Amino acid sequence: MLDRTLVAKLREIVGDVYFREDKEALVAHSYDGTPMLQSLPDGVIYPKDTDQVAEIMKCLSRYRVPVVSRGSGSNLCGGTVPVQGGVVMVMHRMNRIVEVDPENLTATVQPGIVTAEFISHIESLGLFYPPDPSSMRISTIGGNIAECSGGLRGLKYGTTKDYVLGLEAVLANGEIIRTGGKLMKDVAGYDLTKLLIGSEGTLAIITEAVLKLVPPPKSKKTMLAMYKDLYGAARTVSRIIEAKIIPATLEFMDNPTIRVVDDFAKLGLPRDMEAILLIEQDGDREAVERDMESMRRICESELADRVEVAESREHAEKLLTARRSAFTALARLRPTTILEDATVPRSKIADMVLRINEIAIKHNVSIATFGHAGDGNLHPTATTDARDLDEVRRVEQAFEEIFEAAIELGGTITGEHGVGMVKAPFLEWKIGKSGIEVMRGIKQAFDPYNLLNPGKLFAKETRKRVVIDRG
Amino acid sequence: MTVADEKAEKTMQSDVEIIFQNPMAKTLQIKLDYDQLTNCMRCGFCLPACPTFRETGLEQESPRGRIALMKAVADGMMDPDRTFQEQMNHCLGCRACEPACPADVKYGQLIEQARDAIEDHAQHGLPVKGIRSFFFKGIFPHRARLKALGGALAVYQKSGLRKIVRGSGIMKLLPAPMREMEQILPDASSQGVVERLGTLLPAKGDKIARVALFRGCIMDVMFADTNVHTAKLLSEAGFEVVIPNEQGCCGALHAHSGELEMARRLARSNLEAFKAAEADYIVSNAGGCGALLVEYDHLLQQDSDCRELAEWFSSRVVDVSQLLFERGRLPRFADDSASAQEPVTITYQDSCHLRNVMKSPDAPRRLMKQAANVRFVEMKEADRCCGSAGIYNVTQPEMANEILAHKMEHASRTGARYLLTSNPGCLLQMKLGVLKHGGSERMEVKHVVDFLYERITHAEE
Repeated sequence: MLDRTLVAKLREIVGDVYFREDKEALVAHSYDGTPMLQSLPDGVIYPKDTDQVAEIMKCLSRYRVPVVSRGSGSNLCGGTVPVQGGVVMVMHRMNRIVEVDPENLTATVQPGIVTAEFISHIESLGLFYPPDPSSMRISTIGGNIAECSGGLRGLKYGTTKDYVLGLEAVLANGEIIRTGGKLMKDVAGYDLTKLLIGSEGTLAIITEAVLKLVPPPKSKKTMLAMYKDLYGAARTVSRIIEAKIIPATLEFMDNPTIRVVDDFAKLGLPRDMEAILLIEQDGDREAVERDMESMRRICESELADRVEVAESREHAEKLLTARRSAFTALARLRPTTILEDATVPRSKIADMVLRINEIAIKHNVSIATFGHAGDGNLHPTATTDARDLDEVRRVEQAFEEIFEAAIELGGTITGEHGVGMVKAPFLEWKIGKSGIEVMRGIKQAFDPYNLLNPGKLFAKETRKRVVIDRG
Repeated sequence: MTVADEKAEKTMQSDVEIIFQNPMAKTLQIKLDYDQLTNCMRCGFCLPACPTFRETGLEQESPRGRIALMKAVADGMMDPDRTFQEQMNHCLGCRACEPACPADVKYGQLIEQARDAIEDHAQHGLPVKGIRSFFFKGIFPHRARLKALGGALAVYQKSGLRKIVRGSGIMKLLPAPMREMEQILPDASSQGVVERLGTLLPAKGDKIARVALFRGCIMDVMFADTNVHTAKLLSEAGFEVVIPNEQGCCGALHAHSGELEMARRLARSNLEAFKAAEADYIVSNAGGCGALLVEYDHLLQQDSDCRELAEWFSSRVVDVSQLLFERGRLPRFADDSASAQEPVTITYQDSCHLRNVMKSPDAPRRLMKQAANVRFVEMKEADRCCGSAGIYNVTQPEMANEILAHKMEHASRTGARYLLTSNPGCLLQMKLGVLKHGGSERMEVKHVVDFLYERITHAEE
């Protein structure tokens, strides 16, 4: 229960309708896209502009009330679960495209705009914003920045961090800062823009962003390579990169994933194949043709059973959309799907797939694997049932070993989903004790009272490593 | 123990005490399918598909939010208070979230279970209680009464009584949604399709299949012409049409409004009525009815006596557009003679239940494009609910009006002369929209079947 004077002040700032503390609103903001996590906030607030955010923060910091800022709550790391209660700040009302600047090729947006809506507006102007997380039809740009979202085009075009030039953000004490700008070069001090990207709402509340736009590719081609041998598919990935080809998209799906995705999207995917690669190249027509031909030959030399080029743009889009549904579609198998995003250097993809399957067998759990193989970012997904505590425990053990394996192969515990609550106990595995100390120092400088999204990133204690470090 | 475990345990401890003190909570816990609740993994892919989320931007007004609320009640985390009940009724039941859900959560079933449980404990004020019981129990299930009411309405509409009533100002006493409805109601008739055509209509030419027509309850009083046209069109296309006269209301409005038991009773009596017809297909011309008919197997799955018959029934249900398009020998649909020079522009508003439950978005479109000299313009967001949603426009007028206003913007942008639909509720709502937003002179709203039928009669002339 929040202090009544504070509530009166909050209502005064945003108006009665935009602050809620009834049970309905609290329950509806107690979860995000992460399985098995739920915690009720004490209030939900919907600010309309930066000034309101600043006023709200001044009040909340005075009363030492935690705040979790969020967009659509589609993240997968428990990033927006209000684990210590407090106020959830929903950014949906701040959803304007403030400006598109064709001379600088930038767009200035508020954080609450839905990613796909932004992209479709930008594309209607003949421009291109590449980051395309699978949740883009619901996710917001603010959420993408907070989590540094990736997507299917990551390997060629990079991720959200490569397209944010400047930010406006409100600090815990209510002060407004501006970082970067419409600038291609800017070395004025520490790069606070980059620091805020991927900070998961723990350092400041992002209220506006200047995004970099690029010219769209002139042509695109998409193909599907189908394999009876899982590792042939995985090896193809490293071989394509080795041949100095960087495709726009290079996605991997194993057999269980293919089946559920086809149940949902009904595209006639090959249900008898052990794996498929969804490959897209874009750019000038001739270069695209040449790359597609080279990649087709590599697929065949790795014993692809069939390689088919998508007959039309429409069909290609359907394939990509189907792939984006993979995570949720896996929930058709069992009620709970727990997905991770261990990431390894691209050359290690085949090793990683092998290790994941060994680990799944060892712990007797079902793990389907799909992901952005081209950038080494896999999404091993356990299909289980939250009510079966014993199985869930085995799944957790399996994932610990998968993290361990990823790190051993020179990888990381999370490629694009973020640390949040879920991976906090493993953060130290990746960045070490001194890494944690530096990060804690940064957090302290921004948010001395630990009010911004508390309980995320930093775990009370680091998980003991289950496997002896062979590295 | 992971953070997740700790949190789960904390949640369990703190909330245990409020579990099921409340009798409605207990009924909800019994009636809600907990497996379906768990199957929602909260990815949020349903959010952009949901009309109420789009209008409000509020999580609690989304399918993911509503399922979370249901689960919170089932878990004993919250009481099914007034806001909860209102939220369950705020859902249009358009089920656009279902095709959008990669996890295949049966949201439609969940919302019906929730409403059914709420209705068991509902304490409606007298007027609402009276109206509900009058229509749900007193009228829809009883064909003779419905027809008598239709006859009375016809007298009212044709005798000049309507003029007197409208002139008297007495209409102002009615709530706005009902007043508006009165204006757009088509001419009722006590002569239904069987009275006009008999119970059997032979196929023209070689018989492709024998089909049994589901005539609906309101449909056969308010849209009897459409039923007649449906039967004739099917016969023209090579189908033998049988119309079992013992059939009654499908029960859809009951199921959507928390009267599941009544819906089951109606379903059982329809099974009996159609069993004897020995038809290859059971044809519906109303997406709203067809969607429940196609789910009779689910509705009656606990009923061991008629489960098998229900499966037989549901597997044969098909919408008239789809059957005509896929199996029919289509007659030639001639020009609209009045505008033979210029092609006439048409557009289509999906029936949500035809699209999302019967999974037939393409057939009506492809069928209407077969008419000569028409130009089909796809309306923006044609796949979104129009706000009619059974009786939603009467129970939730505010939201329904907002949705309708957006719909009319998109409709007028198509420049269509005819706005076609596949369901009586949508048809009335579209008519209301055209009337309210001042497009009556430019745009006419019609059932796809009527539009096509008028064009075959031209061909015959």
